[in-house]
Amino acid sequence: MGVFAIDNMKKKVLNKNKENINHDSQCGFHCIQMQDIEVTLGQNTILSDVNIHIHCGHLTTIIGRNGAGKSTLIKAITGEIPYKGKILFQDIRLNKMLDMKVGYVPQHINIEKNTPTSVYDLFASFISNRPVFLYKDKYLYQEIKESLSLFDAQNLIDKTVSDLSGGELQRVLLSIALNPIPNLLLLDEPISGIDRNGMELFYSNLNELKLHYDLAIIMVSHDFEFVRKYSDHVILLDGTIIKEGPPDEVLDSPEFENVFGKV
Amino acid sequence: MNIIYELMEKLLPFSWVSYDFMKNALLAILIITPLFGILGTMIVNNKMAFFSDSLGHSALTGIAIGIMFGISDINISMVLYAVIFALLLNTIKRKRTLSTDTIISVFASFSMAIGLMVLSIGGNFSQYSNLLVGDILSISPKEILYLLVTFIITIIFWLLAFNKLHAISINESLARSKNINIRLLDNLFVVIIAVIVMLSIKWIGILIINALLILPAAASKNIASNVREYHLFSVIISVFSGIVGLILSYYINTATGPTIVIIVSIFFFMTYMGKRIFK
Repeated sequence: MGVFAIDNMKKKVLNKNKENINHDSQCGFHCIQMQDIEVTLGQNTILSDVNIHIHCGHLTTIIGRNGAGKSTLIKAITGEIPYKGKILFQDIRLNKMLDMKVGYVPQHINIEKNTPTSVYDLFASFISNRPVFLYKDKYLYQEIKESLSLFDAQNLIDKTVSDLSGGELQRVLLSIALNPIPNLLLLDEPISGIDRNGMELFYSNLNELKLHYDLAIIMVSHDFEFVRKYSDHVILLDGTIIKEGPPDEVLDSPEFENVFGKV
Repeated sequence: MNIIYELMEKLLPFSWVSYDFMKNALLAILIITPLFGILGTMIVNNKMAFFSDSLGHSALTGIAIGIMFGISDINISMVLYAVIFALLLNTIKRKRTLSTDTIISVFASFSMAIGLMVLSIGGNFSQYSNLLVGDILSISPKEILYLLVTFIITIIFWLLAFNKLHAISINESLARSKNINIRLLDNLFVVIIAVIVMLSIKWIGILIINALLILPAAASKNIASNVREYHLFSVIISVFSGIVGLILSYYINTATGPTIVIIVSIFFFMTYMGKRIFK
């Protein structure tokens, strides 16, 4: 991963988290099961019979046409909209159910041009109760800087959020989702408005995350080239799962062609 | 109260301090303008200007209800009605079936029409026309006490909940993923706005109260670069305009509310021009 220049600060963060993993449990022993997920809004059934089984250390990509229920599924998992069915988080070795921590990277944030919110303000609002309007907390500032350094974004901490480029904002949001380190990281089309280099960097960052942390990743994406290259598992969604499997299998399937045409 | 009055007379060597109503007005302004400055930042960020405006208009209905039921302290019926009204608007807004603007407009118009209808029974609405531009003489020591209690509650709420409100304002799904109770905080926020608006509306005026909530924050937003500056400038502009507006209105014999609004507006234009020149 040449893109990932590891400086000292980042090493420190990575080591800290590696220790955590050793204390907790080794990667591969956690799994997340979603059983018979069904979402209805008003009269419309948006999702039904969705069964997904995910292991930590895997990147699962959800693809599908507009209105297929991709964002709805993500929102059901975060608990934002009500659903029927079960989402279980299990430790296989201990055969025990655990509480699942979910990290979320949104598609957009509501910060319009000229809003006086710095990256520190944004980050601190989500992870701390120390009132950001009153003072800048030294320790919190340091903690945020370390979190940002995971994606080489530590220099952005005092910048105004509305001045960030798409790629910079994405790295900041990813750092927020990873503080504290979740069991499941959800990314809802997180790479709109980023150029090719930015996408390559973004995906290799995700790959790096899989290697260093004990977490599973679910991403909604449209960039089939990158989906093929980086995903472990692909789910084609259209109200329900119409095809799933390894990327090559799904992206070359007749079901895929039915939805997207020849790509 | 007398101790405070004496203290003010000693500290402030101006002729207007000898009037009790001016002392009351000054105290009220000193308590309420920082709150306007603080709350305004979130109202502006959340694009809730229309919401707070509608809330102000609902004051008429609260007064009408108070008079209908013969409640001796009109403040109570105003605050109660506004709180219920704000929570109702919030609940409907969350259902997202119609566009928010339309819903707020429908409810605000309906509510205001009821208020106007009741108050105009017998054809003597003119006795309530003071409500529109406010009457600085109407502040009583009891109302100052209400304001003080509200001030303390709001500051505590802001210290405890600002980060979470800010998070919700940026992205609800993300806030939810950090285990923030969105509905509770959002409701508390509008309840506090409702209480503050109702307790100040009689002396500031229904027509202009929204300006005092929005303009200091809007002016501050022009020049601030982070949340701390945003709050600081907003509070300074709000308090300064309040005090200067009050004194100016005494000397040139105008309604205080509009005088304050004119000064805040000047601040807005200055910061707006300043931004365009320096950035």
